[in-house]
Parts: sequence; C-alpha cells; structure tokens
Amino acid sequence: MSPFLFWLFASLTLIFGAAVVLNPNPVASALSLVASFLGLSALFMSLDAFFIGIIQVLVYAGAVMVLFLFIIMLLDLRAEERRRINWLAAAGGFGVAVILLVQICVVIVHFQAAKQTFPPLARPTSADVWNIGQLLFMNYNLPFQVIGVLVLVATVGVVLLSRREPR
Amino acid sequence: MDWFFIITSLLKITILLGVILFMVSYAVYAERRVSAFIQDRLGPNRVGPAGLLQPIADMFKLLLKEDFTPRSANTFYYSLAPGLAVAPAIITIAVVPFGSTLFGVPMVVADVNVGIFFVFAISSLGVYGIVIGGWASNSKYPFLGAIRSSAQMLSYELSLGLAVIPVFLLVGNLRLTSVVRYQIEHGWFIAAFVGDWMNPWKWLLAIPMIISFLVFMIAIFAETNRLPFDLPEAEQELAGGYNTEYSSMKFALYFLGEYAAMITGSAVVVTLFFGGWHFPGIPDGYHGWVFGLINIAVFFTKVAVVIFVFMWVRWTLPRFRWDQLMRLGWLFFFEIALVNIFLVAGILAYGPRL
Repeated sequence: MSPFLFWLFASLTLIFGAAVVLNPNPVASALSLVASFLGLSALFMSLDAFFIGIIQVLVYAGAVMVLFLFIIMLLDLRAEERRRINWLAAAGGFGVAVILLVQICVVIVHFQAAKQTFPPLARPTSADVWNIGQLLFMNYNLPFQVIGVLVLVATVGVVLLSRREPR
Repeated sequence: MDWFFIITSLLKITILLGVILFMVSYAVYAERRVSAFIQDRLGPNRVGPAGLLQPIADMFKLLLKEDFTPRSANTFYYSLAPGLAVAPAIITIAVVPFGSTLFGVPMVVADVNVGIFFVFAISSLGVYGIVIGGWASNSKYPFLGAIRSSAQMLSYELSLGLAVIPVFLLVGNLRLTSVVRYQIEHGWFIAAFVGDWMNPWKWLLAIPMIISFLVFMIAIFAETNRLPFDLPEAEQELAGGYNTEYSSMKFALYFLGEYAAMITGSAVVVTLFFGGWHFPGIPDGYHGWVFGLINIAVFFTKVAVVIFVFMWVRWTLPRFRWDQLMRLGWLFFFEIALVNIFLVAGILAYGPRL
C-alpha cells in the first residue's frame, strides 16, 4: 500500500471525525461522520480487505447514517445551533485526550513486541467474502447464531417499546 | 501498477463517462419521444432531423437560465446536494463489465472481488443528494419529498440486496465478471432456453431466477425514483418534490443523476440476468478486436432495451399511494426475496451441481 494514500485517507478520517464533534450543526456533524466512514473504508480497502471496507460503506454510511439524518432533520435545529460552547468542559475533554495520547506513547515506547518489525502479511489467495463465510459458519457458528438471537430480541424489544398503546 | 494499466484505465474511464453522459442526454430525448408515442403525440421533432439535436438545445437552455438560490436556503449544502446525487450514480458503473476484451484489455474499469456490494454501497449513498437537497432548500414540499425518498430508498434497498443473493448462490462469487462468465457457460439466468436447454434442473432454477429478476427490477424502479414509485417527486402532491427550489444547472444535475442512476441500474440488471455482453454465437474479444467491439455494442443495446422498459412502465402505470408503496416493499417483496433464497439454496443442495 502506498504511504501517500495511507496518510491521505487517515487524515481525511481524522479531520472529518473531529468535524463531527466541532460542528455546531447536527446535520453537518452527521455528514462529516459519513465522510469519516468513507475514509475509514478506503483504509480497509488499501489493506486488501475489500469486503470489510465495502460493508462499512453499505451499512454505516448507506443505511445507519441515513436513518440518523432522517431523525436529525425532523428536529428543530435552531436551538442546537444557538448553544454556546462550554469552554471548561471542552478544555477538560481535550486534557483527557492528551493524557490518553501520552499514555499510549509511553506504553508503546516500553513495549518490547512493538520494537521488532513484522513480516508483511501474505496476500489472501481466496476471496475475502469466502474466508469470512468459512469462519462465521464453520469456526464461529454458535457465537454467530447466539448474536443473531440477541439482535432479534433487541429488535423485538425496540418494537415493543416504541409501539403506542391503542386507547 | 504499471503505466499501461494506468493509461488504459484512464482511457476506459474517460470514454465510459462520455458514453454515460451521451446516453443520459439521449435518454431524456428518448423518454420524450417514447412518451409522445405512447400518448399518441409527436414529441420534440423540430430541432435537427427528427428532433435529434433537442438534447443540445435543452443543455443550452438550462445553462442560460438564472441560477436562483432561495434566501432562506442553507447555501453550502444547497450547492453540494446536486453533486452528491450525480456522483454515486456514475461511480457505480465502474465495476460493471461493459464488454469482453479489446486488444487484450478487459472492458471493465475496476474488477473488484466484491462487485455487487460495491454497486449497492455506492448507490445507497445516492440518497444523501436527495435528502440534503430537500433539507437545505428550507421549504416544505422539498422537505416532504426528501423524507419520502429516504424512507423509500431504505425500504427497497433490502429487497434489492436479497433479490440478487440467488444469483450469487449459483455463481459462488461476487465478482461481476464471473457472473457474466457463468452465464456464458450455463445460459442467461432469465432465459433458460439459452445454452443447454435440455437440462431439466435449469428449467427448475429458472423459476426462482425469474422471481429474483422481477423483485430486483421493481426494487430498481423504487431506488431510482421512477414511476410507479416516483413519490419523492410526485408533482400533484409535492409541487415537484425535492428539486422544487432548484433551477438551471443544479436542477439539470438532479435530472442527470436520475437518468444516470437509471442507466447504471439497467447495466446491473443486464449484467446479472441478461448475460452482460454475451450474445449466443458471438465469441469474445480474444478472437479479434471486431468481436470485442461487437460485445460492447451488444451490452449497450441490451441496456437500451431495459431503459426502454423503464420508460414504457413510466408512461403506462399510475403512481402508487405512499402507504401502498411501503406495504408492498416490506410485506411483499421482502418476504418473496427471502423465500426465494431458501428455494434456490434447496434446489442447489438437493439437485446436481450445475
């Protein structure tokens, strides 16, 4: 993978990720998140993980964020846009982020396994969709089914909670 | 990544883009002529021979119109939205094989191994152009159109995705070129009589394939906001829908996006069900560049036929009501597509390997 492309897409992902937090307008935030997802998906694709990358776009950018946008647009945004930034809270959040970054750097410097260079990953010989299917339905079949049941229960719960009782 | 690859790719992209834009402008002309023919009128026949220069006149008209922005519109998003509507429709065509080979170069811009997912993922981004346009116009009717559109596209995306699973169960690969290769060897999915028609299993498989095709085609109608599912722009109810406040080239971009989505949708339908660039008796491009060109011509002819069906339906059927559309999508097509997958899986599990 070309380092130029990595830096391009990584910085796009980070810039739009920051824009999600910084934008006063929720619609702009949601769109920035979409752009951030696109950058992330490009990063996945540059690692030859086409399936994960494209699912990122299909599920998050194409479906989940459309629903988010759908709800946000129905709200009254003027109250949100007038909101002032709480500088104290912003400084606190920034401080926590900086502390986390410093911590990560310190840990990495002292981490022995991080010092050695790993051999480059072998290119997958079969299509990644096939690999994922094999893993999901052969090795991890039971966890996969259990997660499916959990998601189904959650869906039924949401339907039950959001349904208005007929009077 | 050599220079040959980059140059041929750039050539393919440029030519394909030109062809798509040409097809869009003449699809508009064809739409007007076809509608006129269906309604027993003449249609545009004044500019040039048989009105063939009408698209050029239309383009100049749209360019010279005043580009008006409503005062209360959110200017940045108002200008961004038409672009967001066009780009996904055109990017999608990149993975569709539009010919076999020409001088040994495969006639597809990007032959990725997640082909159909790429089509779905990118075309699902098309809804942003409409939603943002309706919202940024800051006006009631466009907003209603945008809300309708996003609900409709989300609902029909499910049927769209489920409808093609049988095709890929058969092919065993998501690459669109493999879909075409499979159909060359085993006959087109929609037409069991092409290829080895003596095989009874093929006729059995043709039943779910036809169901699959119908669900996919109808979902494409809903995805491209074409009649009978053009509720986002229902003129009688919404004064024009999401593009009411747009004028001049921005309106033209929305128009272009709609037609480009229709063309790419037709191209995907042709690739998945009508054998792509294959026609019985015509060899592929390895047998000479003439055949390569013929393959490309065959592909675009098939696309034109599907586009004609789009227009035919538009000028024949009335529009669905809003609740009917949602009920049809969720309670009918979704279930049919789901059952269809089990049907094909059952036939594949118990039948001989085709």
